[in-house]
Amino acid sequence: MPLIALLMGFPLLAGLAILLASTPERRADLVRRSAYAIGAVSLLLAVVYFRAGPQFFVIWDGLAQVLDLLFMLGGIGVSLYLLYACRRIKGLEWYIPVLILVQMGLILVAELAADHPEVARPFYIDSFSILMALIVGLVGGLICIHAIRYMQDYQAHAEEVADRRPAFFMMLFIFLAAMFGIVFTNHLPWLFFFWEVTTLCSFWLISYSGTEEAIRNGFRALGLNLIGGIAFAGAIVWLTLGPGLHTWELDQLVAAGSALALIPAVLIGIAGLTKSAQMPFSSWLLGAMVAPTPVSALLHSSTMVKAGVFMLVKFAPVYHDTLAGFLLALIGGLTFLITSLVAVNQRNAKRVLAYSTIANLGLIIMCAGIGTATTLWAAILLILFHAVAKALLFLGVGTTEHLIGSRDIEDMEGLVYRRPVLAATLLIGILGMFLAPFGMLLSKYACFQAFLSLDVLPGDGILLAAILAFGSAPTLFFWSKWLGKLAAMPRRAQPIELPIPRDEAIALFALTVVTYVACALFPLADWVFVQPYTGFLTGEGLIPAGDERIPWENIAMMTAMLGGLFLLPLVFWLLPPQATAVSGYLSGANVDGSASYQGAMGAEREVASRGYYLAGFIREETMIRNGLIGSGSLLLLMLIGASL
Amino acid sequence: MSFLKKSPWVLHYAATSCNGCDIELLACLTPLYDVERFGIVNTGNPKHADIFLVTGSVNEESRKVVENLYAQMPDPKVVVAIGACALSGGIFRDAYNVYGGIDQVLPVDVYVPGCAARPEAIIDGVVRALAILEERARERKTQRKLVTS
Amino acid sequence: MTTSYSWTLAVGFLVFGPVLGALLAGIDRRLTARMQSRRGPPLLQPVYDVLKLFEKDTLVVTRLQTLYLWGFLFFMVISGFILFLGSDLLLSLFALTVSGIFLCLAAYATNSPYSNIGSSRELMLMMAYEPMLIMVPLGFFLVADSFRVSDIVAGEPWQVLQLSGILIGFLFVLTIKLRKSPFDLSSSHHGHQELVKGITTDLSGSDLALVEIGHWYENTILLAWLYLFFAPLGVVWALPIALVLFFAEVLIDNTHARLTWTSTLKGTWSVTALFGVTNLMLLPLIA
Repeated sequence: MPLIALLMGFPLLAGLAILLASTPERRADLVRRSAYAIGAVSLLLAVVYFRAGPQFFVIWDGLAQVLDLLFMLGGIGVSLYLLYACRRIKGLEWYIPVLILVQMGLILVAELAADHPEVARPFYIDSFSILMALIVGLVGGLICIHAIRYMQDYQAHAEEVADRRPAFFMMLFIFLAAMFGIVFTNHLPWLFFFWEVTTLCSFWLISYSGTEEAIRNGFRALGLNLIGGIAFAGAIVWLTLGPGLHTWELDQLVAAGSALALIPAVLIGIAGLTKSAQMPFSSWLLGAMVAPTPVSALLHSSTMVKAGVFMLVKFAPVYHDTLAGFLLALIGGLTFLITSLVAVNQRNAKRVLAYSTIANLGLIIMCAGIGTATTLWAAILLILFHAVAKALLFLGVGTTEHLIGSRDIEDMEGLVYRRPVLAATLLIGILGMFLAPFGMLLSKYACFQAFLSLDVLPGDGILLAAILAFGSAPTLFFWSKWLGKLAAMPRRAQPIELPIPRDEAIALFALTVVTYVACALFPLADWVFVQPYTGFLTGEGLIPAGDERIPWENIAMMTAMLGGLFLLPLVFWLLPPQATAVSGYLSGANVDGSASYQGAMGAEREVASRGYYLAGFIREETMIRNGLIGSGSLLLLMLIGASL
Repeated sequence: MSFLKKSPWVLHYAATSCNGCDIELLACLTPLYDVERFGIVNTGNPKHADIFLVTGSVNEESRKVVENLYAQMPDPKVVVAIGACALSGGIFRDAYNVYGGIDQVLPVDVYVPGCAARPEAIIDGVVRALAILEERARERKTQRKLVTS
Repeated sequence: MTTSYSWTLAVGFLVFGPVLGALLAGIDRRLTARMQSRRGPPLLQPVYDVLKLFEKDTLVVTRLQTLYLWGFLFFMVISGFILFLGSDLLLSLFALTVSGIFLCLAAYATNSPYSNIGSSRELMLMMAYEPMLIMVPLGFFLVADSFRVSDIVAGEPWQVLQLSGILIGFLFVLTIKLRKSPFDLSSSHHGHQELVKGITTDLSGSDLALVEIGHWYENTILLAWLYLFFAPLGVVWALPIALVLFFAEVLIDNTHARLTWTSTLKGTWSVTALFGVTNLMLLPLIA
């Protein structure tokens, strides 16, 4: 318990200290030390509670009441701040203050209700939340370190942006504190408070630059997340005043099973969908791209979107084997399919990453909606792999952008030769994202197996499996295309002289190592973090014990593949094959090596070839519109299905 | 024995030719002559080719291409000049703009005369080139051994 | 579970897989020649070609291209090894996909316009056929209740009838996998065309030999996939049927002109949805 309190409290204090730091150097130093401290504490937590089953913490009654009051006032404070921020709304955004008021009203109704449920055990810890804490602490901390130098350059480049860096770093740390709150709190209204704090932080960070675009996108993120907030508050009201279940404890809600807990679980599920940017709420995450890159990295990898899927995975036992759960999986699947296709269109590396985040989360939600032991296993591993690989990719793209002055994938041509170390981080990130025998493969495997054994509606599993099959194909296309650009031999030597700044290098290097280790030692991660959690759930009879675990033989094969992937470059390095360098084939018209050729009328022309983006084949707007309509109807169906 | 003999892949380039020889050359691929019987493949790609078949009298434009293509062919390789123009410039030899023969720009190994060269003659030229190719392969092998040792 | 028999098969694949694949390629070339009323090359011509390529120098645009090709061959071999070990079909498919990606990487690395077009188109083709290829293990899972090849081989003889839609879809994408016309978008058999040799344009000497050997392995693997559909009938029936269907692709190759990538993509996905997904949906009714 002290460790948990430390994790939640310390970032908050660190944030305040950073806000008040006297000089930029002191601030940078504080950020660095605090990030290391948070990482160290989360590691310590993982060691202390090694393979722990769920443990609950009772706190002293007086303290509980103080906290109760504090969180309630805090919630009101957050709402009031948001209302104050709404002075800058425009046009159709009048709905945002309305949503804030509705949400505040709902949660006050619940908290001030005469006989609201009492919470005996407000905090808990289990191996899944430890894994989340590690992700938040390590990945989040590294992102903060990367941000030190990045923000310095950012402010130097964007002179029109007001320098609010002290508040910026405070917000990052408050964000981390709130994330720790979400993963350890068993008390639903308190959890809701943390949930709202993440909404507030993301809103503030997205609108950081203060440009018109940033503010509009910030409000969009706020509006969509408020819809989720209202759904969450609605669930709490239902649990307070509604018929049936009368509890504010997360574990009891999950344990109540689909017969009793489905309605609140679906409402919280909607909150999870908004937070993890699933269709029809996906647009805010794309809008969040206007924020400085560390913010995108934070939102995409370790915080925010992971809070959404964390809740959905928590509630997976309730969704298991219900129509609502199937529809939830279908929403995830539809999002996966559509955003994977749309990602093929994108030339902007950050947008590719954004769409692939949404797609990946869709896959996790597919797993959560099905909710068997195997799919939960897949979902949790996906959360892990995605968090580390995506953080690495975002930071890598951010650093690349500073070095080459562009985030266009076409401009990254030949990075393997121009900037080998940086390219290596991007390559490992991409490999970690999609390539066998890494994360995606395992999860897809588990999903296919689980889908085909599904039995809610006739043809349901086939539908999901088909969606997964069709969605994976474009994933392969856009990642490989990017890999190809990085691996391409530059036609002219164009080395980049600028060094990678130290803080950015530390973060990138550490994340590369983490990604590498997570992939190489995934059976260990499975044993330490996932098995205790799924084991507990099956032990309690909440989810069916899966006999369809991935057989050892497959694991052995995957290890062999992974080993080969590591060994081949080593052998290549030790025993380089004989070869002579020559220019590329240009129909014999080469003038300057591979770089230019003799065109019509004897003119020398530069060679240029671009990747395929299929802009005429996949139309982003149409796809997204269809996706919104489809997922919106599924959402309605899900609500109806839950209340039946 | 060298497998080059069993699988000669050719690259064909018309260096300012009237296309008479080129048509005869392509005729070798047709069912009547079917040079694929001998494993001969027209690759259209210098990096895959063993034998460079060039026709025409070569002018300044095509000289660069011929040189580039030759440079992009991996060793061992041979060059076969096909037709009167490729041998000496043919009827164009007095023109101001031609080099007059492939051997003005590349080391030619086999000369196939004719205007246009007949398919039988072309096949015969390729077969002669094979003997040279085999010799070169042997030399190349010893060279490689020397380099590694 | 794996027995000594399956280990023999798997190790046998490592050694004889490429031999069988080379023979298939040789027969293919001869059949093509006969269809064009030519005599065609000797049966072992593909072997001569590769042995010759090893005698040649290797020209590279970048040395790393060879490393990527090693990856291509390695994952191809792993894919076949898993398959012949009687292990997981889905896993074998994943390895096959990774292998394809490495081939594209090698071509991308050389960065010539022709290689670029070739590898982009190859990726496009992969995107086209991947869903259908995934349908195959899914179909087998539904009839044999396992992704394991050994269980599929021991299945019911009428599984091929239950999976007839999947079989049609698979034959369709087999044409793409074998780089046959009308889907030879990424690398044509005849180099003197607009895309030269596409994906292999800038590979030469032993690099090209590696690609060829990889394709021999691939031939064997694809034949084995085809064989799986008929495997419960016993080898006496299954092998001839698989071979006939395999060589039917040669006929298609020689009677069709190349399609554009849009029609290939649309066509393949339509076939996948129409035959593959429908077949899976109807399976509970048929079984």
